[in-house]
Amino acid sequence: MSGNRVYLKGNEALAYGALEAGLNAYFAYPITPSSEIPETLAKEFGSKKYPEYKFFLQAASELEAINMVIGAASGGVRAMTATSSPGFSLKQEGLSYAACMELPLLIVDICRAGPGLGNLGPEQSDYFQGTKGGGHGNYHLIVLAPDSVQEMALLPSVGFELAFKYRNPVLIFGDAFTGQLKEDVEFPQFTPEDFDVSAWAATGAKGRPPHILNSLELDHQKHYKHLQRIYEKYKRAQEKEVRFEDYRTEDAETVIVAFGIAARVAKGVVNKLRSKGVKIGLFRPITLWPFPSPQLKALASQGKRFLVVELNMGQMLEDVKLAAGDGVTVDFIGRSGGLVPTEVEIESKLRRLEVVAV
Amino acid sequence: MTQVAYTVKLGKLGALTDAPTHYCAGCEHGTLTRLIAAAMDDLGIREKTVMIDSVGCSVLAFNYFNCDHIVAAHGRAPAVAAGLKRVHPELMVYSVQGDGDAASIGLLELIYAAKRSTPITIFLVNNAIYGMTGGQMAPTTMEGQVTTTTPFGRDVHLTGTELDVSKLVATIDGAAYVKRVSLAIQEISSVRGSVYTIKNLLDAKKSVENAFKVQALGGFAFVELLSTCSINWKMPVLEAKRFVNDKLVKKFPLGLYKDTFGVESK
Repeated sequence: MSGNRVYLKGNEALAYGALEAGLNAYFAYPITPSSEIPETLAKEFGSKKYPEYKFFLQAASELEAINMVIGAASGGVRAMTATSSPGFSLKQEGLSYAACMELPLLIVDICRAGPGLGNLGPEQSDYFQGTKGGGHGNYHLIVLAPDSVQEMALLPSVGFELAFKYRNPVLIFGDAFTGQLKEDVEFPQFTPEDFDVSAWAATGAKGRPPHILNSLELDHQKHYKHLQRIYEKYKRAQEKEVRFEDYRTEDAETVIVAFGIAARVAKGVVNKLRSKGVKIGLFRPITLWPFPSPQLKALASQGKRFLVVELNMGQMLEDVKLAAGDGVTVDFIGRSGGLVPTEVEIESKLRRLEVVAV
Repeated sequence: MTQVAYTVKLGKLGALTDAPTHYCAGCEHGTLTRLIAAAMDDLGIREKTVMIDSVGCSVLAFNYFNCDHIVAAHGRAPAVAAGLKRVHPELMVYSVQGDGDAASIGLLELIYAAKRSTPITIFLVNNAIYGMTGGQMAPTTMEGQVTTTTPFGRDVHLTGTELDVSKLVATIDGAAYVKRVSLAIQEISSVRGSVYTIKNLLDAKKSVENAFKVQALGGFAFVELLSTCSINWKMPVLEAKRFVNDKLVKKFPLGLYKDTFGVESK
């Protein structure tokens, strides 16, 4: 795949991106609109092109799949699963354990409309669940948000790298739109890094003391120390791993803040209004956690106002408000239920806000 | 006066740490810990064994077994075991589960591990109750048995009859070895004080070894071990052992339910 330019669905590109990133084991459970990921990986299992890809299995439930990922990740390999919103709720149990056990693993949520069964249209409504922990206890996932089929292909390698570097689960948070969208995509030459897992992986206690991968600590002081250490790690990630796209914000008076497919729509609006002389830009968080708060704060301190565009009822909006601080104008336009805000809708919102002259 | 007529082989086992166990007096978890460690020593597998600690009374087993451990969520041990075994087939992977863990919240994980002939070993300690959480009803709780959530005795019309896990697992094509044994020593005479036999324990010891051998042959191995919980049963230790060998075995008959590779006759 590497070096080639191919026409793929977002979900297919993500699957090939994971293979290019040296995926070792995939544990599946089908759910629309994410199923092309396990389907592609089932098709490629056994292919000579990916000698590192050793195991594919369709599990009997979302819970079984994530716990199999936990078992495989405990063995120090690159293990992964993907799901969509109702399934992502079921994954939370495993993610809470994996974060406390400090396991590197990759999970994908191709977000669809919720709550409940919702529908198969795109939403970004699992933002809170993905970025604030989601399961029980104190923890964070590292969250990456692709805005295109190209990024669906590139982010798995970033995901595995961060997962092993920080020994923490990483979430690729896509949506039904980026999952189903078909675009040209290029796979660059990529040699997966060899991660050293010898200090912790459960591979048999031969000539060394046992490795114990555990989230249980009955001593309250010790458990608090463990959490403090994990939060030190999170602090390092917040300092070093923030990723974002800053698009035409330099002289902008208004900055649209959006991620994923919403940012794609917003970029069209920015380009159109710029051609009419409106001073507008786009700020796109790529890491939703760690959230690019310092960068947004810097933009706010230059006197810019924000319009948050999301495929939900206002979730990242809270993080933008928190980053911007008091006295900064932060407006919101969102669509939910499987709808995507159109360029026209965003433009008319800007008109109502008098950013654009009527 | 009660006399227990057997001796245990004392001495340090390589597969055990020096930590004293937290198990209650009279509980067979301690017995099973020693039987598994002895099998690990005898088969020479300690260095390539990973134990999946399940939620229940055996959740602190990482303090006792001198091998690698992964501590799983409630009921998920077979799934975690399968995930590890599939990417490291050279390892020996086993779990000690309770009846609440394996037969209630984790029944799917157990059944599907068996269905796929996952080469792992599961030891199910069936003491007919949730021990760790303080004595609630389990799927294996006997009809009429008083627990904290069946204070007037288990009503089978509402909660169903006792779930026979060995019988269930044995119906699955993928299960290679299914056996039920008793870990409770058995009274054979009470004429002049009680006399006990350790025949049950010898059979359990053999079954534990066989369960590892079956995994090495590539099969799914399952051993159910009937045990007491004298604390939550609110019964003196020896009376609890009698309850296992007189009452529990009637609902959960001992024996070999399946042996695809014929390891018992080897």
